[in-house]
Amino acid sequence: MSGDTAPDLGTDPADGATRAGDLEPASEVAPVIEVTAASVSRGGQRVLHDVDLRIVPGELVALLGANGSGKSTLLRAAVGILPLETGSARLFGAPVQRSLAHDRLGYVPQDSTEAGSIPATAQETVASGLLGARSWWPSRRDPRVLKALEQVGMSDLAGRPITRMSGGQRRRVMIARALVRSPELLVLDEPFSGVDLPTQDLISQLFRELSAAGTSILVVLHETGPLTGDIHRAVVLDHGHVVHNGPVEDRPHLHPGHGHPEDAAPIDQCLGQEMNPL
Amino acid sequence: MISPLDILASDLLRYPLIIAVLIGLTAPVVGTYLVQKRLSLLGDGLGHVALTGVAVGWLVGAWLTASPADLLAIPGALAASVIGALLIEYVREVSHTSRDVALAILFYGGIAGGVVIIQLAGGTSQNLMGYLFGSLSTVTAPDTVISLVLAVLVLAIGVGLSGLLAAVTADEEFARASGLPVRVVNVLIAVMAALTVTLSMRIVGALMVSALMIIPVAAAQHLVVGFTRTMRTAMVIAVVCSLGGLLITVYVDLPPGGVIVLLTVAAYILGLLFRALRPARPISALGGPGPGRARALPLAARATPHD
Repeated sequence: MSGDTAPDLGTDPADGATRAGDLEPASEVAPVIEVTAASVSRGGQRVLHDVDLRIVPGELVALLGANGSGKSTLLRAAVGILPLETGSARLFGAPVQRSLAHDRLGYVPQDSTEAGSIPATAQETVASGLLGARSWWPSRRDPRVLKALEQVGMSDLAGRPITRMSGGQRRRVMIARALVRSPELLVLDEPFSGVDLPTQDLISQLFRELSAAGTSILVVLHETGPLTGDIHRAVVLDHGHVVHNGPVEDRPHLHPGHGHPEDAAPIDQCLGQEMNPL
Repeated sequence: MISPLDILASDLLRYPLIIAVLIGLTAPVVGTYLVQKRLSLLGDGLGHVALTGVAVGWLVGAWLTASPADLLAIPGALAASVIGALLIEYVREVSHTSRDVALAILFYGGIAGGVVIIQLAGGTSQNLMGYLFGSLSTVTAPDTVISLVLAVLVLAIGVGLSGLLAAVTADEEFARASGLPVRVVNVLIAVMAALTVTLSMRIVGALMVSALMIIPVAAAQHLVVGFTRTMRTAMVIAVVCSLGGLLITVYVDLPPGGVIVLLTVAAYILGLLFRALRPARPISALGGPGPGRARALPLAARATPHD
C-alpha cells in the first residue's frame, strides 16, 4: 500500500518555521484528513488504487502529479464529494460521508464550476460559504463576508457578478468563500490555474499567513510555483498510485518544462528507483 | 363593460385572479433555480406528465362516479407531476441517460399517456384542451384552495431556504464539500417545480406553464445583477404579466395562457432593449461597496490590477 506512513511536522507548524526537511513520523497527532486504502472508479475505470493520505493539523501538503494522475479525484474523495469503491475516508476523525465536521472545512473547487446560469455577485457567492450542515440561513450582509473579500483584496468588487470577473479575480472570490467560515482545514484544487504570477504571489502569501496561524492546507498543484518553500510535504500521484510522500525537493519530476527543479529525474526513471518511504 | 368591482364580485373571475397572483409569485421562484441548474425545460416536461395525471384523475373519477367528472383531475395532476419530478431527479443522478433525453421521454410519454387514458375514461382529447392551454371557466373554489396551499408551500421552501437552494444549484461540488444536503435540495426543487406546474396549469395551461417559470427570470437578468435581485425582479414581472394578461382576457375573448406568456415575452424584449440602451456604469454602481467604503488592507493593497 502506498503512502501509509504519514509524516508529521517535526515542530509546531504554527510557528511557520517547519519545512519539509523537518518532517518526522508522529502517529499520535489526530489527523484532520485520513484516507485509508482508498480506491475510486469513474466511468467504469479505476482512477485511484489503494491510496492512503493523512494530513495532521497545521500541515501544508501539496498533491502533485501529471494530468489524469488522480490528484483531484483523491482530493474529492477525501472531502466526501466522490464515493469510495474501497477503503475509508475520515474528516476530523469522523467518517466523511456522515461527518458534521464539514463546517470546519473550506473547499475551493478546481474550475469556475460555481457559475450557474444566473451569476451571483461576489458578495452572494462568499455568503454561501457560511452555509453548513447546521447553518442554512446565511446573510450576505454578515460582516464576515466583506472581511473575507478584503482578505483576498476583492472587497471593491463585492457587488460585481462573478461572471464579469477575470479568472484570477474569480479564483480569489472562491478562496474568500472558503475562508469566510474560518476553516481549520483548507482544501484547494489547483488555486493557481489560469492565474497570473502577481496573483499567484498574492494567494501564496495568504496561504503562508493561514498556515502560520495553524490552518491545515491540502492543495492540488500542477507546479509548486511560489509555494515551493512553504510546502511541508508533497504527495505525488501517478496513474492513481502514490509514488512519493515526503519532502517537496525530493519529489520525482513529472512534467518537464513545468517549473520543477531542473535536476529532478523524469517519473519513468524514478519509478524504477528506490524512493522515499511511502 | 365589466367594471373592476364586477370582476371582484364574480366567482368566475375572482378565483382566476387569485390564482394568477399566486402563479406570478411562485413560478419565477422555481424558475430561478431551474435556470440556475440549466434545467429550464423541466417545467415543460412536468406539464406534459401532469396531463397524464389529469387523465388518470378523470378515469378514477369515472370509476367512482364523481361529479363533476374532472373532480380528481387536479389531484391526479399533482400526483403525476410529483412522481415525474422525482423520476427525472433520479435519472439525473444515477442514470447514464442524458438530461435532455430523459426530459424528451417525459414530454412524449406524458402527452401520449394523457390522450390514451382520457379515452379510456370515456372522454376525448377535447376534454384536455382546458388543461393544455388554460381556461378561466375551468377554475373552481376547490382549485383555488389547492392552489393557495401549494403556493404557500412553494414560497415557504423557495424563498425561506433561498440561501441554501441557491448555493446548491450554483455549485454542487462546493455544496457537497460543505456538508449541505445536496440530494434533499435537488428533490425539493423538483417537487416545487411539480407543485408549481399543477398550480399554473388551470390558467396558463400545461403547454405554456414553463414559460412563466423561465421567461420572467430571463427578462430580469437584463435588468438587475445577482441571484436574489434576479428572483425578486422576476416575481414582480410575472405577477404583473399574470394579472395583466388575465384582465385583458376579461375584456377581449382570448386564451389567458397565451396572452400571459406573450406579455412575459414582451417584458423580455423590453429588458433586452433596456440593457442595450443602458449606458455602461462604473463597477461600484453595480451594488458593491464602492471605493469610498473599501478599506485598505494588507492583501488588498497587494492586489494586482491585471488579473
